[in-house]
Amino acid sequence: MGILEVQNVNKSFGGLKALQNVNLSVEEGTIHAIIGPNGAGKSTLLNCFVGKLVPDTGSVVFNGESLLGIKPYQINQAGVSRVFQTPEIFADLTVFENVMIPCFAKRDGSFEMNGWRSVSKDAEIHDRAEQMLTDVNMIDKRDMTASSLSRGDKRRLEMAMCLSQSPKLLLLDEPTAGMARADTESTIELLKEIQERLKITMAIIEHDMGVVFSLAQKISVLAQGTVIAEDLPDAIRSNPKVKEAYLGTAAED
Amino acid sequence: MLGLNKKDARLLLIVAGMVLLAPILLNPFPEGSAMAQFNAGYPDLMQRFVIFGIFAIGFNILFGLTGYLSFGHAAFLGAGSYAGMWMLKLLSINVIPAIILSTVVAGIIALCIGWISLRRSGIYFSILTLAFAQMAFALAASVLTPITGGETGLQTNLNDPRIFPEFLGGGSSVDGNIPKPSLFGLEMTDSYELVLGSWEWTFNWGFYLSGLIMLCAFYVAIRIFRSPFGLMLKAVKSNQQRLNYTGLNTKPYMLACFVISGMYAGLAGGLMAAMDPQVGAERMQWTASGEVVLMTILGGAGTLIGPVLGAGLIKYFENIFSKINKATLEVWFGIFPDWMTDLLVTIVYPFIGKGWHLTLGLIFMAIVIFLPGGLVQGGQKLASFARRDRKGGGVEGPAADQRNTPAE
Amino acid sequence: MDQFILQILNGLDKGSAYALIALGLTLIFGTLGVVNFAHGALFMLGAFCAVFFQRLISLSHVVLDETQKDFLGNPLKVNVPYINDWFGPERAATIIDWSVPLAIIFAIPVMILIGVLMERGLIKHFYNRPHADQILVTFGLAIVVQEVIKYYFGANQIPTPAPQALFGSFDFGALIGRDPGAIIYPYWRIIYFLFSALLIGMVFAFLRFTTFGMVVRAGMADRETVGLLGINIDRRFTIMFGVAAAVAGLAGVMYTPINSPNYHMGMDFLVISFVVVVVGGMGSLPGAVLAGFVLGILESFASMREVIELLPGINQIVIYLAAIIILLTRPRGLMGRKGMMEE
Repeated sequence: MGILEVQNVNKSFGGLKALQNVNLSVEEGTIHAIIGPNGAGKSTLLNCFVGKLVPDTGSVVFNGESLLGIKPYQINQAGVSRVFQTPEIFADLTVFENVMIPCFAKRDGSFEMNGWRSVSKDAEIHDRAEQMLTDVNMIDKRDMTASSLSRGDKRRLEMAMCLSQSPKLLLLDEPTAGMARADTESTIELLKEIQERLKITMAIIEHDMGVVFSLAQKISVLAQGTVIAEDLPDAIRSNPKVKEAYLGTAAED
Repeated sequence: MLGLNKKDARLLLIVAGMVLLAPILLNPFPEGSAMAQFNAGYPDLMQRFVIFGIFAIGFNILFGLTGYLSFGHAAFLGAGSYAGMWMLKLLSINVIPAIILSTVVAGIIALCIGWISLRRSGIYFSILTLAFAQMAFALAASVLTPITGGETGLQTNLNDPRIFPEFLGGGSSVDGNIPKPSLFGLEMTDSYELVLGSWEWTFNWGFYLSGLIMLCAFYVAIRIFRSPFGLMLKAVKSNQQRLNYTGLNTKPYMLACFVISGMYAGLAGGLMAAMDPQVGAERMQWTASGEVVLMTILGGAGTLIGPVLGAGLIKYFENIFSKINKATLEVWFGIFPDWMTDLLVTIVYPFIGKGWHLTLGLIFMAIVIFLPGGLVQGGQKLASFARRDRKGGGVEGPAADQRNTPAE
Repeated sequence: MDQFILQILNGLDKGSAYALIALGLTLIFGTLGVVNFAHGALFMLGAFCAVFFQRLISLSHVVLDETQKDFLGNPLKVNVPYINDWFGPERAATIIDWSVPLAIIFAIPVMILIGVLMERGLIKHFYNRPHADQILVTFGLAIVVQEVIKYYFGANQIPTPAPQALFGSFDFGALIGRDPGAIIYPYWRIIYFLFSALLIGMVFAFLRFTTFGMVVRAGMADRETVGLLGINIDRRFTIMFGVAAAVAGLAGVMYTPINSPNYHMGMDFLVISFVVVVVGGMGSLPGAVLAGFVLGILESFASMREVIELLPGINQIVIYLAAIIILLTRPRGLMGRKGMMEE
């Protein structure tokens, strides 16, 4: 039984069947990649995990609780964090403030923002936020306004924000898209390191096969809304169906 | 100090000092001199400075932090005034219950309006708040006449019931005069006048009470700005989606913010009633809502001191600048040759006196276009410019004050 | 029944004004994406075009009339309008009498010019700023325009009557076979309604049937793509701003006989017009027109004695109430498009 169990999920937009009978099981403590050609339904699937979309039928169960029909903030409180394809950060605030907000929110699992205590006098949160920024190697940029960061830095910041909540499951939507080669590599290292240290379960959507095969412990291949393979990386590499889906040589039966 | 960091504590102290010395600072020119008309140190106007300061501070908590532009804050101001008036009429002439009730009533109304309006954001939110305020205004002027006095408004009367005339020290109702609002017997209109040479300073009880309340309101605003709650409200302006994916349900916090903001407006309204016991429906009109928007933007939305500065500036313009007339101008420009005097007067006249709104509109536009951070940002720019000029030399004058205001 | 028809008619003229202003607002919002709080000021400027025109053609010079004596026994000084000299006294009197309709000719170029200047001079710089900034700067502009008008024309209402020939009322009841005198309706209001309908029709025809209009509509849907096609969309949008200003201005010109203009009439209308736009759905032209008439008629029904007795004060708040209900049940307004002004 995985930490995230997706069973028979269907979702259609008008006549388009974006997801058909998708089944997926993410094992606790692993990095699970979801790959597939463009338009395969990867983002739709991810949106179903975080409450942005509600599947027509099927179930999404996280840690024994259904994620369907509850609001994004409740899903996050249950322990799911998400890194977006285009970084979603607080652009007007400083890097440090960006990280402090999730730290405050998560503290004691209360998700309450106090209206009286001073932010600047909360040593516990400061230490934690500084720690997170150090982890993603951005401590020297702590006082910069987030909107002035480079794209790669924005994504690292977003990752720090998600990690600071010590999620049980981290969803990453193309975490290296648009990054320079060096940034991509450091991000891979970062993710690996975090995974080994904190044992956070991750589900990654990714285009870049290099990233996928260097990170993932298990891979699901999505094509035309259905999972055509779910296996270990080596097995995926040699799976003929996957090759077919990517090269598009023949129509499937 | 008081849980504030050094910078904020210094700002609070400066504001406190300014309130304390306002009667002196605002009356820099000796009586009888040509410049005496620029003296603003009379009780009526000083009270308005601080009361509108409270109003603007409250508006800024909503607009400055979250970016939600409410065009209906006058409804809370008016509701607060009406509530305060009724306390003065029914309970006791003591201002304390009036102020408390006005804050509470405005809070309740803000809760209802906010609960509905906050379902929408952006321009829809602005229009909803505007619609509610216009509704309140229309109702206050017509159907609610038994409560609001309709177009004539409410005043204190001699034969008001006042069930506890002596409550909390009550007030004086000697010899058939209408009692004046008071604090434990101290009448709000009472002043102590100090004549020093040709200077005349008026220390007024009402002003000091309002000033003290404004300082408290200002202190609370600083605490909110510096709290995790305030930080989160700033994040609302930036990216609500990310907040939701951070496990925070923004709705109750936004509502809390709206209600706090409304309570500030109600407090200001209650104080207005307490200082000058009469209120009419026009206090709820949307132009009054527009005025607080002007104040906040002018001073600097999202900064701590900006709204107070903006409120002071607009009220000063309204009361002092507007009194300058053609004759005054002719005296000023009298040193030039006649034709030049006439020319200058013709050019300047439309912008002063009754035309002060024109100047205000132009300044406001200039601020929105060139200085989105308001006067505070302007001051900061000047200060950093001066600092660069002198390479760490001491900065004097108004720029130095501005530097203390935190950049938001 | 008579009452019913009468209220619909009464609602039409106010509804026409709302619809015209809302139409202009929507044109500007739809094409330029700008929330224009100065649109009420444009309406007011239109009304003052009529005032100014009236004064212009009444400009006079002083003539000594030897046939009349003043109280000192000197020849009486008489003001004679210049146009008397050109057209003769009788025709001149007619022209002055018809100054309001004639002011339309004067107002069109003036308003277009004002609109274009406003767009090039100010609005252009606010395309990429947040809506709150646009609201604020145009709000400031509205104050400035208002004060300038107040300075030159004073704070009082200035009567600008309709031509005398159109003073009376039209007996609508007799026309549709009901009791004569049961439904009477002033001529000028009929004209106002017809004029508005014509203007609205022209704007829609312009957008639908001309290539210019087609490009603008395409630009409203997707500005960038149209730009990529090599079409100078900016210039067209400037022109659209001028057109919107002219529409608001003409609404103002024709409204002067119904309500004598004063400097703050624009703001009074603006608040309601915004409500109209939002109810109709931001960015939807038919929505703006529909909502204008619906709210105008709703308002006049709410002013019926029977209704007021039942629900006191309802006439004052019905528009706002309707707006609140619609915004909460149909977030995009009556005919709003998806994606307009949504975060």
